[in-house]
Amino acid sequence: MTPQLSWYLALSAVLFTIGVVGVLIKRNVISMFMCIELMLNAVNLTFVAFSSFFRDVTGQLFVFIVMTVAAAEAAVGLGIIIAIFRSRESLDVDDASILKF
Amino acid sequence: MNNNLLSLIIFAPLAGAVINWFVGRRLRNERFIGLVACSSVGVSTLIAFYLAFKSNGALHIGEPNDTTPIMDHLWTWIQVGSFRADFGLAMDRLSGIYALFITFVGLLIHIFATGYMHGDSGYYRFFAYLNLFMFAMLTLILGDNFLLMFVGWEGVGLCSYLLIGYYLDKEEAAPAAKKAFIANRVGDWGFVLGIMLIFFLTSAKGHASISFFDKPAQGVISALQMIGLMNPDSFALSTLWAGGITSVAILLFIGATGKSAQIPLFVWLPDAMAGPTPVSALIHAATMVTAGVYMVVRCSAIFTHAPTAMFIVAIIGAATALFAATIGLAQNDIKKVLAYSTISQLGYMFMACGVGAFVAAIFHVMTHAFFKAQLFLGSGSVIHGMHHEQDMRRMGGLRKYMPITWLTMCAGWLAICGVPIWAGFFSKDEILWKVWSAGSSNMPGGAAKALWFVGAVTALLTAVYMTRLMVMTFWGTERFREPHAPHDHEHDHHQEKVEPHESPLSMTIPLIVLAVLSTVGGLVGVPYAISSLAGGHPENYFEQVLAPVISTAPSFSASGENGAQPLHWLSPAPQPVDGKPAVAPVGETPGAASSEETPRPQEINEGRLLALVSVMIALIGIGIGWFVFQRQPARAMPRLLENKYYVDEIYDAAIIQPIKVGSREGLWKLFDIGVIDGIIHTIGGAVIRFGRTIRYMQMGFVRGYAAIILAGAIIIIGYFAYSGAHVLRFLVR
Repeated sequence: MTPQLSWYLALSAVLFTIGVVGVLIKRNVISMFMCIELMLNAVNLTFVAFSSFFRDVTGQLFVFIVMTVAAAEAAVGLGIIIAIFRSRESLDVDDASILKF
Repeated sequence: MNNNLLSLIIFAPLAGAVINWFVGRRLRNERFIGLVACSSVGVSTLIAFYLAFKSNGALHIGEPNDTTPIMDHLWTWIQVGSFRADFGLAMDRLSGIYALFITFVGLLIHIFATGYMHGDSGYYRFFAYLNLFMFAMLTLILGDNFLLMFVGWEGVGLCSYLLIGYYLDKEEAAPAAKKAFIANRVGDWGFVLGIMLIFFLTSAKGHASISFFDKPAQGVISALQMIGLMNPDSFALSTLWAGGITSVAILLFIGATGKSAQIPLFVWLPDAMAGPTPVSALIHAATMVTAGVYMVVRCSAIFTHAPTAMFIVAIIGAATALFAATIGLAQNDIKKVLAYSTISQLGYMFMACGVGAFVAAIFHVMTHAFFKAQLFLGSGSVIHGMHHEQDMRRMGGLRKYMPITWLTMCAGWLAICGVPIWAGFFSKDEILWKVWSAGSSNMPGGAAKALWFVGAVTALLTAVYMTRLMVMTFWGTERFREPHAPHDHEHDHHQEKVEPHESPLSMTIPLIVLAVLSTVGGLVGVPYAISSLAGGHPENYFEQVLAPVISTAPSFSASGENGAQPLHWLSPAPQPVDGKPAVAPVGETPGAASSEETPRPQEINEGRLLALVSVMIALIGIGIGWFVFQRQPARAMPRLLENKYYVDEIYDAAIIQPIKVGSREGLWKLFDIGVIDGIIHTIGGAVIRFGRTIRYMQMGFVRGYAAIILAGAIIIIGYFAYSGAHVLRFLVR
């Protein structure tokens, strides 16, 4: 059987959900970031799937933009993580809690 | 007519006060301070006498019989629309009489005080305050409208406070000063309301005014004249709160009870004896306390149109006279006896006003100023000579040591008891006669006789307690040589040996002058009933001067006839009276210039009989006092009287404590802290609680933040997925 659109969308949804849950559950900052990337890529998959099935190139254009954003965000985020790591020697996100009341 | 000399009367003492306050404090030279103080009052005295007795002066009678006041307009104070109240002075006959005795007696007291206060560290302060008081008092009587009079009224209250509390180290002085001021203030409440009501009543007639006199140059009409032309109120209780003339009268009278120490606001006067004796003499005997009488007589137009109010005035006057006399009988402090005596005599004056005998009231004011000042200064001399001992139980036999004081005080004593020819006899007898013969048209029939009886009993008591005072002080054994018995006394005496001595000249000369005045001062007002024995004029000099400016009750007449006399006004031109020409020579037609016609023979006999009764009462009183107290001078008097019927305690329990408790528990704790602060605290508390709740949003828990972002995203996307994104269609072109 040829893959249906709905299969791609389901895959994308599952990947997205795994990413979301990972962001909420994971304590390691790098793992959180990887899950964020996972979410972004799930969205990319959705866009590409739609672009392919409706023969519209707009979806692929959007993927470009999303990838750019993901790259920039990863760069900045990793820079912040390295700065925090240098001051507190820990990659546990629960330790970055100075901003509490 | 305009006269700039008038303003000098009030500004000379003010200048004296200012100079003494600023310069005297630096120099600290008693002679300088005393000189400035006495000469400033001396200037006022000279000017007052000049203005009164010059050829067209305020008190001049004869051709022409003009009652126009001497006026002086200083500056325009309030001018709103057609309403105008100025800082203007006016000396007419009433204020002229007052000005004369206030300045003269004031001068004598100032001279006395230079001797009495010798050596006191606050000498400059005393005389500054005393001069300030003269300024305020003279403003009170010379003001030409109610507001300026009220300025003076408050000013004398202030100076009374300052002077009662003069002795900074005397524990009872400050509370006494506060008590005086507060009691005065309660009276002032009534007074101000009265003034406002006058304003409303006159503006209802079209021309709002609170002035005493017409001033055509400034477009001011006399409020008293306007009220005089209104219909008199009827004799009914309801007129008191009806908002008409009777309400005005009763409100003004409340002010008078505060200032002139009548029931119910008299309680401050005995405590005021904590001040120096010259203060007691000047303020609380001769001048300030007579301001209430002045005000009532000045507003005679208002009172004669309010018979209910006059009745109340008479009753309160009589009641106060009797009440205070009974208390004075039992006091042991020489000044307290005189204080209660003052309250009692003021009661006489108000009783006279209440029956319409305003001229008699003012006559008694004048003679009372003489003999009461004399008695107070004499007691001051005694206190000074006894090294500040005031308890009469520790005096006795002082006439050997202080002869001048003794003799002069005898003059005052005979005057107040009402022995002829001393001044008090004529004025008191006049009052009693007028009360007895008060017409039945403005009070119930038997009331006049009842009031006379109260007056007569009071006269008896007056004679008794004054004789007691004299006997305890000047006759008998010298009790001050005995060792101290365990009496209760307010201030302790560290001197065991007291050697009394006569006072210096600065103190004895005023005593002598006042004694002379107490003796002969009454002769200007000898009533016709007596003067007719010697071929006198139907109207004595005092009446001739004063009667034309005082309104008479519309249906009151001493002769008992129901003559509806037209009211006499302070109008620029003499007006015809009863068809007779107003400028008739006073000697020929006795009835023209006054409201009384020639008394009938029956009246004259009645008057003579009552005069005889008065003399008998005085002599009996003196006799009782002499024989009872000669034998046992320091006998104990009834506790109830000695403790002044516990009036202060009753006031404290019934009025002061409820107010204090109500204020503390109710107004403060319940309302101020509970409600007002409660609102603030509730709002603040709510903000705090809100903050405490929502700060859990910021736990520093990063994963929590992520969870919230997720939740928010679900909500928003879910909303749009559910209800359609058509709301966003305006974003898409």
